[in-house]
Amino acid sequence: MFRTDRQIIIALGLLTAVFCIFFLTYDAKGQWGFILGFRGVKIFALMLIAVAIAVSSVLFHTITHNRIITPAIMGFDALYVFIQTSLLFFLGTIDFINLDSMVKYLLNIAIMVGLFLSLFHWLFLKANRSIFLLALTGIIIGIFFRNLSYFIFRLLDPNMFAVLQGELFSSFNAVETDLLNVSAVIIGLCLVPVFAMRYKLDILALGRDKAIALGINYKPNVFALLAIIAILVSVSTALVGPITFFGLLVSNLAYLIVKNQNHINLLIVACLIAICALVGGQFIFEKLIGLQGTLNIVIECLGGITFIWILLRTHKR
Amino acid sequence: MIKVQNVSKKLGQKLVLNDVSFTLSKGGITSIIGANGAGKSTLLSLISRLLPLDQGQVSFDDLDIVKTPSDVLAKKISILTQSNYISARLTVLQLVMFGRFPHHKGRPQATDHAHVGKILALMELEDIAHRFIDQLSGGQQQRAYIAMILSQDSDYILLDEPLNNLDMKHARNIMKSLRKIADEMNKSIILVIHDINFAAAYSDLFIALKDGKIIVQGGVDEVMTEANIELIYDMQASIKTIDGKKHAFYYT
Repeated sequence: MFRTDRQIIIALGLLTAVFCIFFLTYDAKGQWGFILGFRGVKIFALMLIAVAIAVSSVLFHTITHNRIITPAIMGFDALYVFIQTSLLFFLGTIDFINLDSMVKYLLNIAIMVGLFLSLFHWLFLKANRSIFLLALTGIIIGIFFRNLSYFIFRLLDPNMFAVLQGELFSSFNAVETDLLNVSAVIIGLCLVPVFAMRYKLDILALGRDKAIALGINYKPNVFALLAIIAILVSVSTALVGPITFFGLLVSNLAYLIVKNQNHINLLIVACLIAICALVGGQFIFEKLIGLQGTLNIVIECLGGITFIWILLRTHKR
Repeated sequence: MIKVQNVSKKLGQKLVLNDVSFTLSKGGITSIIGANGAGKSTLLSLISRLLPLDQGQVSFDDLDIVKTPSDVLAKKISILTQSNYISARLTVLQLVMFGRFPHHKGRPQATDHAHVGKILALMELEDIAHRFIDQLSGGQQQRAYIAMILSQDSDYILLDEPLNNLDMKHARNIMKSLRKIADEMNKSIILVIHDINFAAAYSDLFIALKDGKIIVQGGVDEVMTEANIELIYDMQASIKTIDGKKHAFYYT
């Protein structure tokens, strides 16, 4: 359909713009200033999450040389659930609900980034283990936190559990503006080194041995990327809650349609697809269907189906 | 000049290399031979910094491989590993251009394109330059990976079993090309190779490893004796001189 990657990027950009305009103006009754401001914040939130998830997924695929896993595999979501659960358990319902959202947000990010960075530092830099062992350790850690959370679930009374459930369902609807500004700054700061490393990423995708042979300082570069992934995933999780398959969906769609698969193309296309999916999906749900469903569930469902499809296709080859 | 001094390597509990030292002057083709598990690939990985060097020193033209920045070394040495798998979707041309990365750092210039064109012609890859790597046969892939290594244009070229998957014709053509590169461009080439007759026909020197130690070392004619083959491989072979070149016969 499209002959060059530039055409693909322009087409996706236009599609994104159309979705954004629809989202901003459809069925707008009342004062424009209020409506645009109100909906603009929502679009901004969706874009931030889309970019964080798309970029972290592509980077994770690049350093693990595996396109069917997502950073979620490392147990970020399990840790997030555990943090919320233990906060509720130790603070009690009233204090938990009254806890300043900025404090909670920063606390979540600090704990997640802190824990995973120390894990990466210990296993990857100090103990000299491979990236695969690192991913496996992440899975084990995920199971550990998940089971700790389940244990606390059993200690909670039904009211507290209901509060927790509300907290743990990821939602694109209610994101606060202050948190968005902080998130935007953090994500922006993460994208700067990613852009600076765009050529190195192409080389890192060739594998450890080839990257070293071509003069890449393998360990510091991969560690920096792991740190960026940890921050991006933590920010998006702390904003809207755990999302598993979305990154897999958008990155693999990008791998399918991009012709010259250098990272600058892949990253831009994956981000645009992610924005289209979130803004377009939210538009359809909120305005056309009237919030009759949760976008998150549909995305996870589509992502899950894509995942199975990729598995079957890879197996056939 | 390559200087390898007292290199030892333990993988797990096993001492894979035991105090290996040798010096090679610039230019020519050296083949590392030996039985499976003798430590050949480990030696190549160590001197090309793919494995961390725990014991001993390695230097290329006085550049110590531990102290010299990796991107400087990338212009000095290149290495083809035994197993090559790339998950990214690349064409042959893109792959070979990645070999130029130490020179262009991501922005290929006219000289890089010219160089890649020459290498593609040398490796007979021009017809399939725009095909994807994962759609090629094993032998075609192997040639593409060798082309990538050669386009790096380093003074020292290390190849671990370059003839893997290649048919007779392409195996011979690649050995001829390597000979040409070594002679005309004064490159030093070190091969790990199993076919002793191929090695003997195109190499200048042999280094034979057994159980992690250098057991025999020297010119091809010197090493190619019945006693040495038995020592290196624990196998009998008769050495015959045909047209002035020594051949080992071990098929019966």
